[in-house]
Amino acid sequence: MESLDPVLLARIQFAANITFHILFPTISISMGWFLLFFKSRFVATGQQHWMDAYQFWIKMFALTFVLGVVSGITMSFQFGTNWPGFMNAVGNVAGPLLAYEVLTAFFLEATMLGIMLFGRGRVSERTHTIATLLVAIGTTMSAFWILALNSWMHTPAGFEMIDGQAHVTSWFEVIFNPSFPYRFSHMMIASALTGSFFLAGISAYRWLQGDRGRDVMATLRTGVFVAATLIPVQFVVGDSHALNTLEYQPAKIAAMEGIWETQGSVPAIVFAWPDAKTQSNLYEIAIPHLASLYLTHSWSGEVKGIKDFGDKHPPVAPIFWAFRVMVGVGVLMMAVSWWTALQLRRKKDVSDLNARVLVAMTFAGWVALVAGWYVTEIGRQPWIVYGVLTTAQAASKVPASNIAITLVMYLTMYAALLASYVSVVFYLARKAGSHQTDEHAGSPQPPGLGMGQQPAGLRNA
Amino acid sequence: MHELANVDLTSAAGWLPLFFALIMAVSMLAYVILDGYDLGVGILLRETANLDQKDMMIASIGPFWDANETWLVLGVGVLLVAFPSAHGVILGALYLPVALMLLGLTLRGVAFDFRVKAKTYHRPRWDRAFFAGSLIASWAQGFMLGQLITGFRQDGPGLLFAALIGLCLISAYRLLGAGWLIMKSEGELQRKAVGWAMSSLWLTAAGVLAISIATPWISPEIFDKWFKFPNVLMLLPIPAVTLGLFGVMVRSIRRLPVRLEQGNQYGAEVPFTCTVGIFLLSFYGLAYSLFPWLVVDQLTIWKAASSTEALTVIFYGVVVVFPVIVGYTIFAYRIFWGKTRALSY
Repeated sequence: MESLDPVLLARIQFAANITFHILFPTISISMGWFLLFFKSRFVATGQQHWMDAYQFWIKMFALTFVLGVVSGITMSFQFGTNWPGFMNAVGNVAGPLLAYEVLTAFFLEATMLGIMLFGRGRVSERTHTIATLLVAIGTTMSAFWILALNSWMHTPAGFEMIDGQAHVTSWFEVIFNPSFPYRFSHMMIASALTGSFFLAGISAYRWLQGDRGRDVMATLRTGVFVAATLIPVQFVVGDSHALNTLEYQPAKIAAMEGIWETQGSVPAIVFAWPDAKTQSNLYEIAIPHLASLYLTHSWSGEVKGIKDFGDKHPPVAPIFWAFRVMVGVGVLMMAVSWWTALQLRRKKDVSDLNARVLVAMTFAGWVALVAGWYVTEIGRQPWIVYGVLTTAQAASKVPASNIAITLVMYLTMYAALLASYVSVVFYLARKAGSHQTDEHAGSPQPPGLGMGQQPAGLRNA
Repeated sequence: MHELANVDLTSAAGWLPLFFALIMAVSMLAYVILDGYDLGVGILLRETANLDQKDMMIASIGPFWDANETWLVLGVGVLLVAFPSAHGVILGALYLPVALMLLGLTLRGVAFDFRVKAKTYHRPRWDRAFFAGSLIASWAQGFMLGQLITGFRQDGPGLLFAALIGLCLISAYRLLGAGWLIMKSEGELQRKAVGWAMSSLWLTAAGVLAISIATPWISPEIFDKWFKFPNVLMLLPIPAVTLGLFGVMVRSIRRLPVRLEQGNQYGAEVPFTCTVGIFLLSFYGLAYSLFPWLVVDQLTIWKAASSTEALTVIFYGVVVVFPVIVGYTIFAYRIFWGKTRALSY
């Protein structure tokens, strides 16, 4: 196993775990708030279909949440096993942030989840709504702390280095470091978009199954309108985030844009094949001046190229491509959500084609999200804490063979779990619409009502 | 104890590591007992073929298991943030068993949810995953405990000892799970659980005995701590009470079947309570042996501790939030107090 680079293996393993992990909190953060919305609509209006929506989506939430929890436990071990040097150098910053995440978020969400899932009928409706609210707050708090730490790793602030160890001078500056407001908003909106496309996709799937009750239409509308509203906001926030990155991590921007030479009047490259050997782009298709315009807000503004960063720059091709995937999927999501929103406004219903496209894009948010994370995290390389500590310095002495064995194990498990998750999600959606399965045989349902024609009140599982 | 000699407990650098060692110990103990009973229920899942009973077993742990596992995250979290160098040494040495445990915990966590949501004919498969995950996680934890006690001996006897402790911990969790089910269930399942508790007793006792015998031999210093006069007299209650608890439990388990037959629930919580007592005492004994070492003869809690400034920041968080966590955990247990009812949402 000597040919395997342990640092690269540790990075792949950590990336595999965190990629798998991030999929689920991204859905459950926003889903917690969607559930609270459904529940409060029910409480406010007394309309049963909002409760039906709540009871269907809480199943999705529980499943998603559990996958987030178990993959999150893995993370708490890998911080130390894969990157011991990280804690040694910046533990004074990272430690308290992680501790506050566990203390203020993990216990809250895990305990309240039990009450939220199983407590109806045992506690008052009001207490149950509060538990739902606390779960949503818990998931968001968790994101707050971990993104504070992650942002600090990109734009470290509020500390001084003494004998190779970071010592905090201002906790306010550590938490609200320069990239934090942008990263946090960008991520929260990403979560809302991923959640709303999930909501819309599964609802459209039920619609296609002939399951078109008021609850399905309500969740479909919620998903589509939230997505349609937030996507333009996300483009603005993403753009501000990029400008922030240009200020603090210019090498990442150069890689995202595929700019090798420092130059003015920078063109925006639509397509190219970045070649690390020759340090240039092959097959470039570009729009003149555009990159200068959106990066420097001037027609001929200068942007620093990769070549000017010596050996302290990230690999160009993966970032270049991941960035285009993220933006591409984002544009697609905007087109689909606007198109569907327009249909819903005009005809109060969706078309067959419309629903099919939504189903195909159920997990579109995941693609954009993961691509975006790769841009920002690979873009930080070769640093683990930008300008302070390199990834290689933080790596562990665990033998490469151990990392390789466990990597294979994790990858196998994650592939199986992801396949199970997606298939069970669609299965639950099918089951919700067909009341003829064994589990519902005894439910009080008048005979003769076929798929999709039941009164909404009987839809409870 | 020379490593305690130059520690000034009146200074923050002296008492903060002690405070965090205590928080870590409490979290780990809470984890072992709380997740212990639900891992135990998982281990027992294949003992019955009756689907309703399986559902009831799972329902008895449903509202709790997620929060139970969070204690592990807190325990490991405190190790990571308060004693980072020990986190690296310990988890580096336990790299493979940790990975195995995580595999087990992941499997059972997701199986818990998938089993009721996936297609009905897939359900036995998820039940098997739940069982296997619980078994693997328990064994791996026992193995790690064995390794910790021997100071990470990687030779034949060291590994064999750890593997055996793994088996004993499976049995101990099984006992805890059976006790939990006796307390939380009724009817045939409850009577079965009494039998499961009985069959878990001996291996559990063997495990407690093995650890008690092995621990003093790790280092002469620990040996002295136990057997020097007058320590030996002061410590005598630990094994004595442990033995007493085993006795009370055996008597209770013998009497329960007749009583339950008559519909009398008196004493249904005795096996669980006794097992928790045994866990507490064993844990205390182990902590007494190892203190103040995190890695025996290598790292004390003071040597491994983070900077005082970082610990101070976390200290305030813990002081404010920890009682709140304990408060709402008790609140959640009260909501689901008493015999288990079917779960649905």
